[in-house]
Amino acid sequence: MAEVLVLVETAPDGSGVRKTTLEALTAARALGEPSAVVLGAPGTAAPVKDVLAEYGAAKVLVGESDDIDAYLVAPKAEVLAQLVADRSPAAVVIPSTPEGKEIAGRLAIKTGSGFLTDVTEIAADGTATQVAFAGATIVHAKVTTGTPIYTLRGNSVAPEASAAAGEEETIAVSVSDAAKQTRVVDRVVEQKSDRPDLTEAAIVVSGGRGVASAENFSIIEGLADSLGAAVGASRAAVDSGFYPHSFQVGQTGKTVSPQLYIAVGISGAIQHRAGMQTSKSIVAVNKDPEAPIFELADFGVVGDLNTVVPAATEQITARK
Amino acid sequence: MNIVVLVKQVPDSGTERQLDSSDNTVARASADNVINEMDEYAIEEALTVKESQGGEVTVLTVGPDGATDAIRKALSMGADKAVHVSDTAIHGSCAVQTSAVIAAALSQLEYDLVICGAESTDGRVSVMPALLSERLGIPHLSGARKLTVEGSTLKVERQTDGGFWALEAQTPAIVSTWDTINEPRYPSFKGIMAAKKKPVETKSLADLGVDAGSVGLATATSQVLDFAGRPPKGEGVKVTDEGDGAEKLVGYLAEQKLV
Ligand SMILES: Cc1cc2nc3c(=O)[nH]c(=O)nc-3n(C[C@H](O)[C@H](O)[C@H](O)COP(=O)(O)OP(=O)(O)OC[C@H]3O[C@@H](n4cnc5c(N)ncnc54)[C@H](O)[C@@H]3O)c2cc1C
Ligand SMILES: Nc1ncnc2c1ncn2[C@@H]1O[C@H](COP(=O)(O)O)[C@@H](O)[C@H]1O
Repeated sequence: MAEVLVLVETAPDGSGVRKTTLEALTAARALGEPSAVVLGAPGTAAPVKDVLAEYGAAKVLVGESDDIDAYLVAPKAEVLAQLVADRSPAAVVIPSTPEGKEIAGRLAIKTGSGFLTDVTEIAADGTATQVAFAGATIVHAKVTTGTPIYTLRGNSVAPEASAAAGEEETIAVSVSDAAKQTRVVDRVVEQKSDRPDLTEAAIVVSGGRGVASAENFSIIEGLADSLGAAVGASRAAVDSGFYPHSFQVGQTGKTVSPQLYIAVGISGAIQHRAGMQTSKSIVAVNKDPEAPIFELADFGVVGDLNTVVPAATEQITARK
Repeated sequence: MNIVVLVKQVPDSGTERQLDSSDNTVARASADNVINEMDEYAIEEALTVKESQGGEVTVLTVGPDGATDAIRKALSMGADKAVHVSDTAIHGSCAVQTSAVIAAALSQLEYDLVICGAESTDGRVSVMPALLSERLGIPHLSGARKLTVEGSTLKVERQTDGGFWALEAQTPAIVSTWDTINEPRYPSFKGIMAAKKKPVETKSLADLGVDAGSVGLATATSQVLDFAGRPPKGEGVKVTDEGDGAEKLVGYLAEQKLV
């Protein structure tokens, strides 16, 4: 069976792999037999090998070097390009993060290939599905040159376990000077949250300008906590200083695709929809019955968020 | 410090946009075209660097003749001059091909710093700067929410989930800017008038020494096979709160087994 390289995204705290990796392994199985590629500082692979095998990695290719962490993106693209040259895989699948997309682009130039970013599905013949224009258009596309490279959008494919050998192979890593141009001097975490990760959460509760103040965001957090959900925000809420930028949902923020998305005091601008339109169920609370968010809501409440949301939170908590 | 800013004209991201059914490319002729909103941050940053370091800001765009509007906008904000690469052969090019054209145009310019937006709002590919970095062999500092220039050393805070990465590289380099980096200025009336007299050089593929057969739909490295509008969602339920809004909301969640 043809080999498909899957680039592993590990959790930043070293605790395991991101859900995106399991999704990528699942999607890659349509094209052939996945080989998980783990690239990072020494010690990166040991804690994640087992889960990779559990999700279908026939091989786990381990390239560990301090240089991979010390320089931005380029070393990973270089190692992957070497693997593509050595092994002639049927395709390469990479999680669609900002870093993943940069790696895909560099790899395409190095290997003379085409690439498709933010795909939501990959068919056995290599045809990929993409969602364009804030979710309004569904596109089918194909790579016509070289080794097809895909970046897979998060939450598009449900991870499915499928036990495989997970046979470990060490790959020699020697990073060239050309790939050592941008140094990563520091990695700084400014906010830590006990809530689920926005892009991985099953439920997201987002607040917009209608929430009216930073203090009032506690209404959004209250509902989120009663549901075990992540908190999101519209750009207007972020720009007004109600909530930090890293929680922004939309075109220039995060793309989420949870089971349930609750939009509170958000009008539903196209740029906001771009980040949440593929959510399975959409609920909206807005005092304006004409707000465009109602066009895509499965369930909408026309009303004041300051009364509706705390009451809903109370009832949900009471059900437990 | 000589800076080149990359800008792209795109259909307005706040409007309904379409693909052209004749060749599956972005329908640009019928669209309300504007400068890619994300590129305004790149222009602002270039002007800020110029104000502290001196030098010249050149705008570079690859796109159809109508893209001059995006160029004028950049010039009216304060950029000094522009290069517009326009050639009918480029229509339908994939990102890999476009990057070869932009790289060729950059090679004919003198620059210490290239600044571009983090993504264009039409394709949302967000890899152009990485492709250019790879082709030109210069460092890429990506997703900048802050840029500091210290002589030939560039320092960038790369926006990440809940924080940042501190990056460092030497010029010449390419920096892509995120929308958290600054607040783009509005062109002043004086700026708009001055922009009309600023030089815009138009270049063809032949001027760049790029083979017309290497770009365009026929030799693109990826191709759109077909497209369709997203199937409309079933009609949702909308209730008006009369003291029972929360109860109905929780009722819906329970029905969907979400609580
Ligand atoms: C290049 C570009 C990128 C962008 N990227 C993003 C992005 O990533 N994410 C994003 O969200 N936006 C983005 N935008 C901005 C987008 O166009 C909108 O401006 C933004 O989404 C509006 O946010 P909002 O819905 O919170 O605010 P508004 O549009 O002001 O809506 C507030 C809503 O709250 C309702 N409301 C007010 N008070 C109450 C109350 N007491 N109870 C109930 N409802 C109430 C109002 O009826 C209104 O519908 C982008 C724009 C551009 C140009
Ligand atoms: N045709 C083009 N001409 C000039 N700059 C471009 C072009 N396409 C993309 N760019 C630049 O590259 C950035 C990222 O674009 P993209 O990779 O298309 O999402 C944009 O914000 C622009 O600064």
